[in-house]
Amino acid sequence: MKKLLILLGFLSVIALMAWGFYQAIYAAPTEGTMGDVQRIFYYHVPHGMLGYLFFSINFVASLLFLAWRREQPAKALVADAWALAGAEVGVVFCSVVLVTGPLWGRPVWGIWWTWDARLTTSLVLWLIYVSYLLLRRFAAGPQMQTLAAVLAVFGALDMPINYLANRLWRTQHPSPVFFAGDNGSIESHMLAAFGWNVLAWAVWGLTILAIRVHVERRQQSIDGSEAAAALAGD
Amino acid sequence: MLSHLGKDLRIEWRSREAINSMLFFALLVVVLFSMAFDPTRSTSREIAGGVLCVATLFASVSALNQAWAREIRHQVLDALRMTPADGAALFLGKVLANFLFVSIVQLVLGPIFFIFYNLHPLGDTWLLLAVVPLGTWALVSNGTFFAALSIRSRNRELLLPLILFPIFLPALLAMVDSVRTILTGDNSDPSFMWIKILAGYDILFTTVSLLLFDTVLEAE
Repeated sequence: MKKLLILLGFLSVIALMAWGFYQAIYAAPTEGTMGDVQRIFYYHVPHGMLGYLFFSINFVASLLFLAWRREQPAKALVADAWALAGAEVGVVFCSVVLVTGPLWGRPVWGIWWTWDARLTTSLVLWLIYVSYLLLRRFAAGPQMQTLAAVLAVFGALDMPINYLANRLWRTQHPSPVFFAGDNGSIESHMLAAFGWNVLAWAVWGLTILAIRVHVERRQQSIDGSEAAAALAGD
Repeated sequence: MLSHLGKDLRIEWRSREAINSMLFFALLVVVLFSMAFDPTRSTSREIAGGVLCVATLFASVSALNQAWAREIRHQVLDALRMTPADGAALFLGKVLANFLFVSIVQLVLGPIFFIFYNLHPLGDTWLLLAVVPLGTWALVSNGTFFAALSIRSRNRELLLPLILFPIFLPALLAMVDSVRTILTGDNSDPSFMWIKILAGYDILFTTVSLLLFDTVLEAE
């Protein structure tokens, strides 16, 4: 029964992503000035938004880990698994943003990359979380989890700066379409395609996140029983 | 805090280990860059700020690792953890000591720099006295914090730059841009926006470091 449910869940995720793909590539109208290149927007923006979501999961889980690590070590381990999974999935989404951005920039701006505030802070955000994952690889044991949680707090400092970058400064990056007051507007079919893609990629990302948390919890219990066995063997 | 600061200053005064190695290293970087780019007068104004910042950055990374490695050697750090003193005081003492060392290096390096690169600043040179210490503080405060963080890991010498550089990037950008504006005097930044960003960065990151330093120190 459980296996059937998991299978159904996977199938619906795939169906949702196929529907999102159809919406973005075939259903949404072609944009007037940019042409088909604009369709990358249905991937670039949802990934950016969801990247914030996963880095926020990492941030909240890291804070919970720091709060729980003394009194409730069992709960702290759960928080740590969520923090790790959030950072990993967030880095993947942020990478997609950084790859799709230049693919769009080349035909529209004529350049792959420019050092404006939005692009630079996005790259910094990506670099910080890659270094977070490296720290987790290099340091060992429970102290690594504390140190990683501390680094996650610093990474989270960059998030609001990145979000506000094209609102505070006049950047080459297009200004925000959503939550921008009167300036932003979007055609309804495009909005539908955009919404479906946000939903599809959110469900996909959260599925991967859940799987990753599950794997990490398994790893933690293996590590725990190995440590217990080593202690018993003494 | 003052006793931590005094101790670090006394060790440095007797060994002169950090300052000498930093100074020579930064000098080498400056020479390397001047050979690699062969700068003319106008281009040197453009790149000098960046070269100075990057030279200081590389030089201080090695010294910052040493600063904590010294405490690890005879379990001094464990002893410090057992004292009733606040972790933030230890952190602040270390930052101040390192800030002094790096500033001395920059003071010595500055004139050499002007000679090698034939610098002739066109802007308001006195502003450098505000910009360079602010940038140095950003570097040293974050560097000290992340050196303490990475000192426990397996390959600590490698890890510090890997963590520090991404975190320091915004400050580096602000510092390089404000130094370039000062040297070229092009008035592209009339409201000192970069200097304000740099100051804001300093306040924000130093506060977070002070708040979290106890957690790093007690991590086990």
